[in-house]
Amino acid sequence: MSNGNKLPRSSEHSAERRRFIAGTAQAAGSVSLVGLLLASYGEQARTHPVAALRPPGAIDEQDFLGACVRCGLCVRDCPFDTLRLARFGESMATGTPYFIARDVPCEMCTDIPCAAACPTDALSKSLTDIGDADMGVAVVTGTDTCYSITGVAHCTACYFACPIKNEAITMEMKQENGKVFFVPTVHREHCTGCGKCEKDCILPEAAIKVLPRDLVSHDSGAHID
Amino acid sequence: MIETAPARRSLWQRQRWLTLRRSSQLAILGLFLIGPWFDIWWAKGNLAASLWFDTIPLTDPMIVVQSFVALGEVTATALVGAVLVAGFYVMVGGRVFCSWVCPVNIITDAAHWTRQRLRIPPGWRPHPALRMWLLAMCVATSAWTGTIVWELVNPVTLVQRGIVFGLGFGWIIIASIFLFDVVVSRRGWCGHLCPVGAFYGILGVASPVRIAAVAREACSDCGDCFEVCPEPQVITPALRGVDQSTRVIVARDCTNCGRCIDVCPDEVFRFAWRYGAEPTVATPERTNKPS
Ligand code: SF4
Ligand code: SF4
Ligand code: SF4
Ligand code: SF4
Repeated sequence: MSNGNKLPRSSEHSAERRRFIAGTAQAAGSVSLVGLLLASYGEQARTHPVAALRPPGAIDEQDFLGACVRCGLCVRDCPFDTLRLARFGESMATGTPYFIARDVPCEMCTDIPCAAACPTDALSKSLTDIGDADMGVAVVTGTDTCYSITGVAHCTACYFACPIKNEAITMEMKQENGKVFFVPTVHREHCTGCGKCEKDCILPEAAIKVLPRDLVSHDSGAHID
Repeated sequence: MIETAPARRSLWQRQRWLTLRRSSQLAILGLFLIGPWFDIWWAKGNLAASLWFDTIPLTDPMIVVQSFVALGEVTATALVGAVLVAGFYVMVGGRVFCSWVCPVNIITDAAHWTRQRLRIPPGWRPHPALRMWLLAMCVATSAWTGTIVWELVNPVTLVQRGIVFGLGFGWIIIASIFLFDVVVSRRGWCGHLCPVGAFYGILGVASPVRIAAVAREACSDCGDCFEVCPEPQVITPALRGVDQSTRVIVARDCTNCGRCIDVCPDEVFRFAWRYGAEPTVATPERTNKPS
């Protein structure tokens, strides 16, 4: 009798326990799945388009995505509306700040208001001289289109756009077949990657572009002064 | 005819907390919008982090936690902001964030309203602990990847940032949550999944400001409160309890939205102080403030 009573109860009990374990395993499994999806999505968002430049003072991209809280205070304090926050669907981490030099370059404010506004260390306060900024490095990509290089005209638009002309960019004289050319030449150790040159290039597709430094030079982007 | 309903309650009595709550949600959104729209910069930033009157920093504590486990450090500014925000919710109720601030709540309330109109059955009922697990996953994955993981998709900041800074394809998130709540699961997002809500729920676990079923003897079992409550399971112990069991809704999932106060025809509920003397019917005055 007592046995008869016990059996169904304990089997009911174990059925319940099985249900509980199954439910928990299911929940744990789905949560892990979501975690993995998020991690891989984050991995993707880490490699953003080369044209998207981080604001001055931005720390290494890997740490940036752990530090930046996506508040947009840098965006608000930029007097030139250079910066914007990545929207959902853009191929970079949602809510993080960037600028496209060809649209609105960085004007290299001496007081660096964007970095000053940042509540985190995403934009480092240790950047005190905007001349030390390292948003990228300008590269003359259109050697076959640049008016100065091809000798179509003595253009100099990029040279005059540069806030630190003669340091970051010079027009180097070159003689060929009795003709004189002036070739825009970027000096990587001084270039901040502000993008003014790219913005002002008169060609439909800029012949000078700011690229991420690690893409351009291989000595780990050390900024020599 | 048969009903012995108490004196008919005015429209204001039936909509008071809903009105106040919506006003609060819209006002907070508005404060972030008068900057970009009218150049009045009382608040800069968004719900993730902001600067008020150019002095007071506020930071979402959940984001700060993720950033801390990702990098092992946070700045003083971010920390101060997070402590200010957390302190507020520890006092008034963690999920006050949900019902009085979060813009997604407007979407999920709309979804619930739609679902009721269409008489859609409850659908998928996720494991009650799922949102806690999701929260733990956000923290663990942030630590693992070294990035603030939930911010990649967080609908709360995404929607609000979208409205203040530009939405992009963020409307997809809004539409998905709406459809999910209408079609897949009753109160699915806010009531079962959202890790932000779970986080704020933990913050408010001991908060003194609560709803209490002070006049539970007057309950006529109409079920309106259960119908309207975003977390109906929290009501039962306070309302159905007998004798000495507390009338205070102590469950951390309660969002202090006050909708039960609005809808109850018997005026059973009101805002109350959790600690000290048990709140009773002695003061059925309907003018108590939630502070
Ligand atoms: S340095 Fe000035 S122009 Fe450049 S991003 Fe910062 S605030 Fe804008
Ligand atoms: S101010 Fe700092 S934390 Fe805020 S969005 Fe800009 S970089 Fe990110
Ligand atoms: S070369 Fe171009 S990107 Fe570099 S500092 Fe000058 S204008 Fe800026
Ligand atoms: S549960 Fe999440 S989405 Fe819903 S109101 Fe709360 S914070 Fe917002």
